[in-house]
Amino acid sequence: MEGIVGYGAYIPRNRIKVEEIAKVWGADAPSYKKGLMLEEKSVPSPDQDTITMSVEATKNALKRALIDPADIGAVYVGSESHPYAVKPSGTVLAEAIGATPDVHSADLEFACKAGTEGMFIALNLVRSGVIKYGLGVGADTSQGAPGDALEYSAAAGAAAFIFGKDDLVAKVLDTYSYMTDTPDFWRREYQYYPQHGGRFTGDPAYFKHITGAARGIMDKAGMKPEDFQYVIFHQPNGKFPFRVGKMLGFKNEQIEPGWLVNKLGNTYSASSPLGLTSTLDISQPGDMILLVSYGSGAGSDGFIFEVTKRINEVRESAPKTRDLLRQNIKYLEYGEYAKFRHKIRKAE
Amino acid sequence: MREVAAIGVGITKWGELWKKSFRDIYVETALLALKDAGVDRVDSIYVGSMSSGLFVGQEHIAALLADYLGQAPIPSARVETACASGGLALKLGYMEVASGMSDVVLVSGIEKMTDVSGNEATYALGTAADQEYEGYHGITFPGLYALIAMAHMEKYGTTREQLAMVSVKNHKNGAKNPVAQFPFEVTVDQVLDSVMVADPLRILDCSPITDGAAAIVLYPAELARKYGKPLVKIIGLGHATDTIELAQRTDITWLNSTYLAAKSAYAMADKKPEDIDIVEVHDCFTIAEICVTEALGFVEKGKGGEAVEQGLTALDGKIPVNPSGGLKAKGHPVGASGVAQAVEIVKQLRGECCDRQVPNPRIGMTQNMGGSGASSIVHIFERE
Repeated sequence: MEGIVGYGAYIPRNRIKVEEIAKVWGADAPSYKKGLMLEEKSVPSPDQDTITMSVEATKNALKRALIDPADIGAVYVGSESHPYAVKPSGTVLAEAIGATPDVHSADLEFACKAGTEGMFIALNLVRSGVIKYGLGVGADTSQGAPGDALEYSAAAGAAAFIFGKDDLVAKVLDTYSYMTDTPDFWRREYQYYPQHGGRFTGDPAYFKHITGAARGIMDKAGMKPEDFQYVIFHQPNGKFPFRVGKMLGFKNEQIEPGWLVNKLGNTYSASSPLGLTSTLDISQPGDMILLVSYGSGAGSDGFIFEVTKRINEVRESAPKTRDLLRQNIKYLEYGEYAKFRHKIRKAE
Repeated sequence: MREVAAIGVGITKWGELWKKSFRDIYVETALLALKDAGVDRVDSIYVGSMSSGLFVGQEHIAALLADYLGQAPIPSARVETACASGGLALKLGYMEVASGMSDVVLVSGIEKMTDVSGNEATYALGTAADQEYEGYHGITFPGLYALIAMAHMEKYGTTREQLAMVSVKNHKNGAKNPVAQFPFEVTVDQVLDSVMVADPLRILDCSPITDGAAAIVLYPAELARKYGKPLVKIIGLGHATDTIELAQRTDITWLNSTYLAAKSAYAMADKKPEDIDIVEVHDCFTIAEICVTEALGFVEKGKGGEAVEQGLTALDGKIPVNPSGGLKAKGHPVGASGVAQAVEIVKQLRGECCDRQVPNPRIGMTQNMGGSGASSIVHIFERE
């Protein structure tokens, strides 16, 4: 049986509140807070990017996996904010953790689902016997144009998962992917900020693909919503995960442990993966967890996990996700935020 | 002139119709009207559409839609007078049948507004204002109607709550209309707590962006009697204009084009406001319904707010206004709204409106308006 041997999270310490952004644009903060169920979001420091956060999250995953990094045969980084257009993020990550040179690597992009894509490929290379351990990372310093609705949610974070066959923290019982050509959100080459189809990103995009993948994987596995202790859906805002959960027959209590978005924002490729790290932090041996990601364009990956006894041995070995979210917080004003996100630059 | 009857009506579910194309929505709706009328060929088509070019990148829609409806090579014309385009299509269809030029005329309206972003839709709608004297300064329709609302509140003491009650009433009616875009009820508090758009108007004071169509088949009343068709006649119509620029009017709380259009329609039909049993009006914003009920003569000048508060315009009130849910709850695909108002009145007069049916109405009215009231078209209908 294959599964997760170690998992780790990373969230930058900076935050900005919805009110602080709304104040600058003359927008109605209470309606964003109520309408999107968002309070604040994480912001990367000026020297942080997808690569540095991937390294941090992977180091935490290694603390739980307790394996020799040189045994990792594949490193995949899923992000829509790779620092370089040409030059991989994965090479830097693999070098930093000591996995080179006997390793395969690729950078992935599929809007917000690139993280679970890396997990899917790493898992299946382990399953096929090609590699002993595989690393899948979802990380983003996501972009939202100034004043756009996305600016209230676009956040930063990373989650890393090491897959193997022995000493599992959680077994992977099944996977399923659901995908169509649905252009709801995009960013073309040389554009700095993404564009989106407004309300079109809802029903025909997020809801259609998540319900498609969730129903598909539950049918495949012969399971029902009540068979799971926990469920994690992609979290573009606070409301969507609860709404899609209700559509599928899940209760809010199943969603809440992995629901971080009100304080974290949408970390794009790291969004549902961080929901999983947060859920693993509180789960018990035997718990069943359903994860369904979503990436615009559009598609969803579904995973069913069964938590093992080893969770109790590794839980405290690295920082827990909710602690990263709560502790050592620094609130930014919009000016600092604009500088940190390179929206304004110092004259040369 | 010959008497003219509406012998068939068609309307389909309105909303964000992303799975249907512009032509699909039209054909589906028009076929319902043809089926209801029991005809398979028409002599002529009028299509009301405000801005298909900006909304779906398609002009020359009259020929396109006639073709896809299987009616080519008959004459087909698109007409435009902003949000009153549908009402204008009905007027021209009436004239063509009344004059004897044609016997069977399909009157229709369509707009597909949700394929573009909110900003693009706002721009397209804004082209119905005076681009040089209003648009240039950045004002859009919520802003213009907000000015009207402010002035009405100042002059007549109309309250913020009374504006909200228009929305509450129309949503209550719309909740009973299966084709409505927003078929749910709202409370005064929900309206007052909704997002501010242009002070004092909030989002629940504003009609939405909608994809939808509506269609009616007109026919000489004499022939309709002969073939035993259900008879709802158009007995009056009026059409008037005003300055397109709001600031040029002597009193911005008074919709003079609506007043004059209604005056003509009442004279033609030989009716008075108290003869009207039911009316569909152009509630693009809650304040618009208040001003329109005054201009149509249902209440005194300045008393439109009190009328809604006292329930006079409710479904069971003295003069039920917007039994369909109005533009607010049913939706506002701009070119289709004027035709859809007539569809509702015909159905009401025929007694086909189920939960929202007004008891046994005989005379109904529609009031369709373009811009901030620069165009108004009023029709009066009578069940025979």
